[in-house]
Amino acid sequence: MPTRIQKEASKESLLLNMGPSHPAMHGTIRIMLELDGERILNSEVEVGYLHRGFEKICENRTYFNLLPYTDRMNYVSPLINNLGYVMTLEKMLGIEAPERAQYIRVIMSELSRISDHLTCLAAMAMECGAFTVFLYNVKAREFIWDVIEETTGARMTTSYIRIGGVRADLHPDYKTVLKKAIVETRKVLKDIHGLLDKNKIYLNRTRDIAVVSKEMAISYGWTGPCLRSTGVYYDVRKASPYAAYDQLDFEVPLGERGDNFDRYMVRMKEMEQSLRIIEQAMEKMPRPSPPKLMVDALEPAEAIKASRTKKVDKEIKLSPNLEGSERGKYLDILGTDKKYVVPPKEDTYTSIEGIINHFKFFMRDHGIRPPKGEVYFSVEGGNGELGYYIVSDGTDRPYRLHLRAPCFHIVSALEEMIQGRYIADVIPTFGSTNMIGGELDR
Amino acid sequence: MNGNFITTRFNYILGWARKYSLFHYPYITACCGMEYMSTAASHFDWDRFGTGWTRFSPRQSDMLVVCGTISHKLAPVLRTVYDQMTEPKWVMAFGTCTVSGGIYDNYAVVQGIDRIIPVDIYIPGCPPRPETVLDGLIKLQEKIQKEEQKWRWKKRK
Amino acid sequence: MEEKKVVEELKKKFSDRIKEVTVQFGDEIVLIERDSLLDIVRFLKDEPYSYSMLLDLTCVDYKGQEPRFEMVYHLFSIPNVQRLRIKVRLSEEDLQVDSLTSLWKNANWLEREVYDMFGVKFKGHPDLRRIFMYDGFEGHPLRKDYPLRKRQPRIPLRK
Repeated sequence: MPTRIQKEASKESLLLNMGPSHPAMHGTIRIMLELDGERILNSEVEVGYLHRGFEKICENRTYFNLLPYTDRMNYVSPLINNLGYVMTLEKMLGIEAPERAQYIRVIMSELSRISDHLTCLAAMAMECGAFTVFLYNVKAREFIWDVIEETTGARMTTSYIRIGGVRADLHPDYKTVLKKAIVETRKVLKDIHGLLDKNKIYLNRTRDIAVVSKEMAISYGWTGPCLRSTGVYYDVRKASPYAAYDQLDFEVPLGERGDNFDRYMVRMKEMEQSLRIIEQAMEKMPRPSPPKLMVDALEPAEAIKASRTKKVDKEIKLSPNLEGSERGKYLDILGTDKKYVVPPKEDTYTSIEGIINHFKFFMRDHGIRPPKGEVYFSVEGGNGELGYYIVSDGTDRPYRLHLRAPCFHIVSALEEMIQGRYIADVIPTFGSTNMIGGELDR
Repeated sequence: MNGNFITTRFNYILGWARKYSLFHYPYITACCGMEYMSTAASHFDWDRFGTGWTRFSPRQSDMLVVCGTISHKLAPVLRTVYDQMTEPKWVMAFGTCTVSGGIYDNYAVVQGIDRIIPVDIYIPGCPPRPETVLDGLIKLQEKIQKEEQKWRWKKRK
Repeated sequence: MEEKKVVEELKKKFSDRIKEVTVQFGDEIVLIERDSLLDIVRFLKDEPYSYSMLLDLTCVDYKGQEPRFEMVYHLFSIPNVQRLRIKVRLSEEDLQVDSLTSLWKNANWLEREVYDMFGVKFKGHPDLRRIFMYDGFEGHPLRKDYPLRKRQPRIPLRK
């Protein structure tokens, strides 16, 4: 079946197809161009090559089980996606995470934001030919992922932020790694400023290319760094603060012209602000309560033996890898209500109530059952306002879950942005939109 | 000493040459692409193992690295890219989605790229860590070394 | 201006065309008549409410209920920093609603997505085609009666 552009194109012009398998198209988008020489007369963007049925599959998973799917939406900043989903559910359930958990969430989402922006700029610069920037950015990202890995155990798809708090406390020695990551990232940012800011080639390809006005950006529903590059002051972290953002001091960088270079610059400045936020959060974070000494802890076999006669109140030596093990360890970072938090493993293994709680949590049609109704909540993702719209019918799985993907709105403006420009301008323009396939096509 | 000796040696040398000059075509679609970037960039640097640098043209590449979920909409494109590659060619299935469809068992996703194209090495993980990828790469190189090399002047039966 | 005030003024102006106003989890939800969607949305888009951004547009399939489909619009006002949810119910027999492409540009793709996933038709949409799925795909995957694992491959699969 002919596409729109094939029907509309005049006989004199040339049709050119870019993607989906094209190095600058990130594998999942196809742009069909109608050309007069090198000038783009018209274009059509086709998406959907990475449609993975996220919304459909979420309707078939319980609220607890669908958390890993949210990791894989914007896979460069998975922790923000987790946070968005979890906070939507918390709004539904009417609960709030402990204060320390809120700070951990802030640190984690800012680290993710930095890695998101770094990846975006790495790809954008690489596609313009600046390979060094790519290598530098990926290097900085490795340091950031080291921090994430040390705490969450995974580099990218972490599923770390849980309903009612976070999965685990920060690593006792996290500050060393985090400080190293901050220093390294600052170095890399400085290097990139030096490499690109006054680089003639880069400026020619980005300055005054694909200029987007305020009105156009709002009409396309843009949010995040791309909207701010046009000069509109809107940031979810400032407009409706969540987690601990209202207690932290940071600025929202704005652009002036709304061209590719401004989108690059806003991202660069935002990373500096994110580093600032992390440093503040590190200082302001409430200290963890001192760890309980496991002096007379029981071996699991002894505990089971003892539990035959009466309830065991002593500590039990369980593998820390088991979720919820070591009762009392998660008090500062995770809620305790058994309706939405996995019950401690010691209880599950040694008492009848514990095992009932465990099954109640994981059994089909039990688990987390938010009240009937619908809810929308949004956080500031790497690309902009990342909103979740959940309809609950009172059962343990969402009736409908819709993700407001910021990227979708930004990419929908691409056709207008590249109209009348040259083919070469498609590459940096597309790079500056930060298209993330998982989020775009869901 | 008849012809056998020379044939095996030539086979060995050809395998050695081929395994250390794997020009690859990254077919990046999703999350695994991020780990691919890490593996390819300076930190883990799989160029150490002779996996050249990226050739963004299927006609110049020996190894197709399929990173990320392949949906039914994308399947014909992947098939075309594979068909465009010249022999000898190898395919690396990078990540669980390409191995089996992974957690996406639904209407949109192909349940493993081996339903579309033949695969030489499967790397599990969602996404696999760079170390896993390097391990997989070394295994693929062993496989290339051991296999019967096809070459132009050889008599085809 | 607070959300409640906006809703009250909306009630005053379009009293006969607003079916129901509810509050769920702190969000104001306005259920309106299908035919008055464009009027109400245009009224909200202008000053002083200035809901100038179409944040999101989606659909929910309530299978077994009548009317079966429900369109959900999230509007956002940047100067007042507030969101408003507007809903329109559509029955399965007459599955169409006015397109918002004349007001917001991102409505184009969002409506194509809803058309693709639910089969809702938009009156006045310039280019209503599938966006995520491909030509030749039958059915609308996010409807409740579409099986989760019903695949429609484009090329023959091996094995």
